[in-house]
Formats: sequence, structure tokens, C-alpha cells
Amino acid sequence: MRGILRYFRRNPSLMLGIALLASLALFVVIGGMMVDIEDARPLSAPTLRAPSWDYPFGTDRQGRDLLAVMIAGTPLTLRIGFIAGFLGVGIGTVLAFIAAYYRGALDTVIRGVADIGLTVPGLLVLIIIAVSLKGTLTVNQMAIVVASLAWLYPTRTIRAQVLSLRERGYVEVARLSGMSGPAIIFFELMPNLLPYLAATLVNAVSAAILASIGLEVLGLGPIDAPTLGMTLYWVNFNAAMINGWWWWWAAPTVIIVTVFLGLFFLTVGLDEIANPRLRRSA
Amino acid sequence: MQAAYVARRFGVFLLIVWLAASLNFFLPRLSGQDPVRTKLLQQAALGGYVQGGIDEMTREYERQFGLDKPLWRQYLTYLDGVAHLDFNYSIANYPRRVSELIADALPWTLGLLGTTTLLSFAIGSFLGALLAWPGAPRWMRWLMPPLWALHAIPFFLLGLILTYLLAFQIPLLPIFGGYSAGAVPTFSWRFITDVLQHALLPALSIILVATGGWALGMRGMMVTTMGEDYVTFAEAKGLKAPTVFLRYCLRNAILPQVTALALALGQILSGAVLVEVIFGYPGIGTLLFQAIRENDHFVIQGVVFTVIVALGFTTFVLDVIYPWLDPRISYRRT
Amino acid sequence: MTRPVLRVEGLSVAFDHPLGKVQAVDDVSFALMPGERFGLAGESGSGKSTLALSILRLIKPPGHIEAGSVWLDDARIAHLDDNGIRQLRLAGIALVPQGSMNSLNPVLRIGGQIADAFADHGLRLGYRQEQRRIAALLDAVGLPASVARMYPHELSGGMKQRACIAVAISLRPKVIIADEPTSALDVVVQRQVMATLARVQQELGAAVILVGHDMGLMAQFVDRLGIMYAGRLVEVAPIADIIARPRHPYTRALIAALPSLEQRGVLAGIPGLAPSLRELPSGCAFHPRCALATDRCRTKRPALRDIAGAQIACHLA
Repeated sequence: MRGILRYFRRNPSLMLGIALLASLALFVVIGGMMVDIEDARPLSAPTLRAPSWDYPFGTDRQGRDLLAVMIAGTPLTLRIGFIAGFLGVGIGTVLAFIAAYYRGALDTVIRGVADIGLTVPGLLVLIIIAVSLKGTLTVNQMAIVVASLAWLYPTRTIRAQVLSLRERGYVEVARLSGMSGPAIIFFELMPNLLPYLAATLVNAVSAAILASIGLEVLGLGPIDAPTLGMTLYWVNFNAAMINGWWWWWAAPTVIIVTVFLGLFFLTVGLDEIANPRLRRSA
Repeated sequence: MQAAYVARRFGVFLLIVWLAASLNFFLPRLSGQDPVRTKLLQQAALGGYVQGGIDEMTREYERQFGLDKPLWRQYLTYLDGVAHLDFNYSIANYPRRVSELIADALPWTLGLLGTTTLLSFAIGSFLGALLAWPGAPRWMRWLMPPLWALHAIPFFLLGLILTYLLAFQIPLLPIFGGYSAGAVPTFSWRFITDVLQHALLPALSIILVATGGWALGMRGMMVTTMGEDYVTFAEAKGLKAPTVFLRYCLRNAILPQVTALALALGQILSGAVLVEVIFGYPGIGTLLFQAIRENDHFVIQGVVFTVIVALGFTTFVLDVIYPWLDPRISYRRT
Repeated sequence: MTRPVLRVEGLSVAFDHPLGKVQAVDDVSFALMPGERFGLAGESGSGKSTLALSILRLIKPPGHIEAGSVWLDDARIAHLDDNGIRQLRLAGIALVPQGSMNSLNPVLRIGGQIADAFADHGLRLGYRQEQRRIAALLDAVGLPASVARMYPHELSGGMKQRACIAVAISLRPKVIIADEPTSALDVVVQRQVMATLARVQQELGAAVILVGHDMGLMAQFVDRLGIMYAGRLVEVAPIADIIARPRHPYTRALIAALPSLEQRGVLAGIPGLAPSLRELPSGCAFHPRCALATDRCRTKRPALRDIAGAQIACHLA
């Protein structure tokens, strides 16, 4: 236990990141026990009330209790991010290993697609996809849509890492001693890549959450779900800023900022583990 | 030899253009039929919209894509239209054509995005370099935490916060729009200041967030560069500190930064679109947003296509500039 | 008797490490005569490169010069401020760096890397004058004038090393410190580079400190050789004496370990490992590996003493 605490002092970013995300988790869990989630639906409360004892986060124009919305919406937003992030890194890892280990035509194709895909602004492609699908999306469908692009960046970075690892001595030895390709990938390369994969995963989740919030703010998200992005969409739709209903946008903003800061510090912390050379110099 | 490199890069650019156009063509037909066509036919059958012109549009759409023409025929006709920058009429704004709308909105976005990206890159990189340099003034270290905190949040969120603080609580700057309602766009001084005032908040939201990112990246690059042998030799030569800083460290550390810029363009643009939406800034972001609201498929497709092409072109330009910055990359290799 | 051009007295350099202080250089003293070629040899980690860099005050934190002084022609270097030491570098004492692989700035042309030293040392030259001077310097090291317009990646390893020599002599220094200038090169190119170094040194009349670990190279190039072990100087003598009559046990072991072209047999090594610079043995640093060690060796550190034209740090000399 003391070892863990000592490590945290050397890696404050990791500690900060975990703390931020943990507090968010606490908020959702404890809040879920104290507040009725049904109040996140419209017409549950008097409209446009400023924060008070009854409604600590206030209410919006459709009569939603914003506290309930935040408690219900945060896990939804995070879920989209996690599903898309995991899918993206999962697919990306497989593709990256195939490309980097087997090289040749496969590598050229995979790398070419990833490179060109990355020049295209993701949000716009997502918009086209979302607009082309019939009807509005559910939360899970949105995750799949975001995942469709989430694998591009991980493929590229993981491929670069595998390429550099591939030339190391122990891989040569494994190959010469007759280990099969997939076996080498699983037992030799993968364990050394784990910290890097973890950092990439957090990164991907963060990017996926950003993409999903972006789609929602533009009105392409699950219209009935009380996610953070959709709340901001309604904020924009109802010109909440001009009308002075500050609490409406303040709550989601604070939570989104916490999410991103938490994920950011987590990434920095993981990077330090993955790349010892980055450890606090200066 | 140089021409071959440029030609190859240009080829990649054309490939991107073609991919973008194909994206626009095939994705809407993913669900088995073309939602655009369905909607148009629907409206035409109902006897038209409030806006009218639906029959016109349907007819043109039919002409372009044809009811019974095979898919590949439709595809070729579509590509032909794209090559002529013809995106049909805007469904919601008939009789204005999509290309007109984009032409109106594009300069605003280019102005905002162009200046903010260049500024934040330049300021951020220089700041980052200084932060890594031991000879820099002590107080600069205090800039780090706010830069860190800021750069992790999306542009538009900072936009919201800034709007509240600087436009609402203290009515210093206008809340939204590109220029004051009722003002006539001219090249007068008054109009230009009006535009600048309105552009300030959106620009600030982007600059404050992006600068942090560039600064952090540059700082990391500088730390690596400063450990290189050629920096030690530079000091052994008795060069002055500014010379070592600029000619030996910064000049080398900037190279990966430029690569990062090329890769980040897509992200920056996505962020800028959302900023425009929050601020009602009359650029393509807002155009896109309205088009989504009004189900104006032609505008959506036109905007997405334009953006992809613009980004592809910028990447192409950066690709060509890069060997000039780094003599080790010869024009011969890919 | 001529005065030494460079004098090092009691120089100690340490690195602060969380696990303990690392004594990289421990109380080193020697003198260099004008035009002399002095070799500094030792294993990796013996402190020779650190010593070379510390003469120029190029040691960065967490390293620092603990004690000692350096005199260049009777001017004490430690007293110079930052600008003073900067002016001294290249113009007074020049460094020919190790690993010419990466000692040249990859994005600048060679000519530019020679010229930027001129400007920062207060030399205002017209464009044509500057170009002529650069061409002359390149010629002195056996490189064609066209090299000035090239980038480092366009040159071979030997050419890059010679370009570094050209930089080093550009302001006619009194002392040249060559830090393992041939370590990354093959033997043919090594010979070229050393011949170049010898030639320019003679033309300038400069003194050279050659830092390295290749005894064969030392034998062919230097007049006097200093042997370093665990950050300390253990023997200094004329090169012929070191090869023929090594006196310090470590030196003897080193010479004995050199393979011979005439004899065949088992290669002799030195038993044990070089000590960690964080935990140096008490007394003489070599005693754990020395067959002749006495109790005195284990407790009292031997000072560098003058014995018959050489300096030895051994109780048994």
C-alpha cells in the first residue's frame, strides 16, 4: 500500500487523473442512490428553475431535473466513449500487429488506409454517416458509428511501436527457435506493449467522447437520451446563454471538463510509465 | 526529381478528393436506398414545401442520377458534377445553389481558422521552446499548469465559459454572430472593427486551448533536442546562448511539430466547426449545422466535400514544404 | 623551461544522483606543454570524457565541478564569467567531439556551422572573406571546398569527423581536446583522421589532449600518456615508457592485455570489474583487483608522485 502511495508522489499526473475520474464515478453512484433517475425525463419538474435546495442543479426548459440529467447522462456519455474507444483500440491493435509483423502488401494497404483516413476530419465523416442512417441513433448505435473511425489513430501509433519492437533481439530469438507468428505476437510483443496500449486506450476513449459530444451538440445524437452532449444541444437550441439560464450549461460544462481533464492526466501518467525517458526531468 | 515528388503528393491529394466524393455518394445509399431522392420525391408528391422549387430540384436530381440508370452510371454522372463544383441547389434555401452558400461562408471560416491556427502554433511553439530552456525567466514556469489544464478541454466549451464571462457578466464583447445584426458587409473601417470584435471570442477560445497543446509538444521536443550531441558541440564552439537556442535547438525541434500540425488539422477543424455553432459565427460550421437541422442533404454533402478537399490540399502544401525545412528528407523518397 | 600552456590542479567532478553521489573525476592534476601531444586513456566510465568536458566547463547539472582549478597560460578559467568562458571555448581551447555521427547540426550546412562561430566570437568578416576562410579550413583537413555547401547527412563518417576538426581549428586555439575522435570509424579512416589531426596540430603549434581507450592509437600518436582509473589519474609517463616499462599495476595489466601479432596464447584480462563510481573502494581504487595489494593500499589513497620522469599513484612504486 505504501508502495502505491509512494509511486503516486512520483507520478502526480496519474494520481490526479484517477482522482478526478473517481470523484466523477462517486458522484454518479451516490447521486444515483439519492436521486430518482426518472426525473431526467422532460416534465418531471417545474421549468427553468435556478439552483435551489429542491433542485441543486436547477431545471431546464422541458422540465428536466438537471441533477438527475447529469447523474443519468454522465454514464451514458462515458459508455459511448468506452465502447467506441475499446472497439477502436481492439480493431486497431489487430490491424497494427498484422501490418507491422507481416509487412508486405498487407502493411501497405493498412497503412495507406489509416494515413488517408487520418487526413480527413473525423467529425465530418461521422456527420455524413449519422445523417445517412435512417432515423435517430440510440446510444449504442452512436458508439458503433464513432468506433468506425476510432481505429485509425491507434492503428498507426501501435504499428509504429510494434515496428520498433520487432527488430529487437528477443523477437529474432523467438523466430529462430520456431515460434509461430501469432505466438510471437501474443507472448513476446504484446506484454511489452501493454503500458503503451493502455495509454493509447485512454487516448482513444477521450477522443471518442469528444467525437460523440460533437455529434450530439450538432443535433445528431440520440435525441431522447439525457447525455451531456444532448444537454448542450438543448442549451444552444434554446439560447440559454442569452436568456441568462446559466445553470443549464454550467452543469454539463463542469462535468465534461472534469472528464477530459481526468482522462488527460491519466494519459500523461500512463505515458510516464510507458516511456521512462519522459520521467520528470527539469 | 523534385517534380516527381510533388506529382506523387498531388496524386495523393487527388485520391483524397475522389474518396471524399465517393463517400458522399455511397454513404447515403448505405441503407439500401437514397434518402435524398426519397425525400425529394416525397415532397414533390405532397405538392412542395413552403419554399417551393421542389419540382425543379427533383427534376435536376433525376437528370443527374436517373430513376433507372444503373448505379455506376449514376456514380459517373455524379463525379462529373463534382468536378464542375456543381452540388445542386440547396433544399432549404432554394433557389440558391450550394456552391454559392459555401462560397459565402468559406472566407469567414478560413479567416478565423487560418489566423487562429497560425497564431496558436507560432506562439505555442515558441512558448514551449522557452519553457524547456534553462535560461528562460523563472516566472514562465507558472504558465505551465494553466496551459495544461486548458488544452485538454474542447474549444467550444471554453467558448461557452468565455462567453459567459466576457460577453454576459461583463458585456465587453458581443455574444454571437459574425457582425452586428443589420450591419451591411462593406469594406469600411467600421465594419471591419465590428467583425474583429465579433471574431475575438471565437478566436480566443481556439487560441487559448490550442496554444497549450503546441507549447507542451514543443517543450517535449526541445528537451529531447537539447540532449543531442550537436547541441553540446555547439556550446563547445563558444556560441552565444540565443544562437544555440534558435539555430541548434528550436530549428530542429520544430520539425516534428510541423508534422504534428499536418496531422492535427482535421481535429482543429472539427473543433472549429463546433465553435462556430456555439457562437453563430457565419462560417461553414454554422452552415453545416443549419443544414443538419433542415435536413438539407445537398448542403451537408457539399460542405463535407469542400472541407475534406481543403484539408487535403493543405496537407499537400505542408508535405511539399517539409523537405525544404528538413534537408534529410530528400525529394526522391516517398 | 617553458611554462605549461594548460594546467589542471586537483580537479574533481561529481554527479548528484538520488541513490548517492557519483564521483566521476577525483582530484586530477596534470600539466600540458605547448605543442605537446598528451593522451588520456582508460576504460569506459573511467572519467576521461567528463574530465575533458569539465576543462571547458561544459558539465551540466546534475554534474558539477566540486573542486580544483584549470589554468590556461596563467589565466585561471574558474574566475571567468559565463561570457568569458564562452569566448575561451574554440578560441583558446577547442573540442573535437566524439561520435561525429551526431555532433553536427543536421539542418545546417557545414559552411554555416563553421561560420556561426566566427560571428559569435566577434569576428566580422565580409562574405567573400568568410568563404575563403572556410575553404582554407576545409583544405587544411583534406576536404574539398564543395563540402561547405553540403549537409552533414551527405558526408561519410570520416568526412564528418574531419569537418569537426576544421571547426575546432578555425580560431587557432592553443589547446585541442580530441574526445575519442575515431571511435566510430574503421581503421583506414581512423588513420586518415589521425594524420589530419597531427598535421593541423603541428601547423598551429597547438597542444592536443587525445582522450580514448585504444592503446594502439595512443602509441602512434601521443608524446605522453595519462592512465585513468575510477576517476583518478594513476600513471603519467612518456609513451615509450608506458609501453615498455609500465609501473602502475593497472597499467601493467593493461599493457599485458594487449594482443600481440607475434605471440600466440591465452589472452590476459584483468580480473574483477571496474568499481561503481558511487561506491569507490577505500584507499587505492584498484586494490580489489591488484595482486600486489597490501594493507596500506586498502586504507590509504596513494598520491600522484614524481618518480624518475613519470608520475605514479601507487604505494609500491
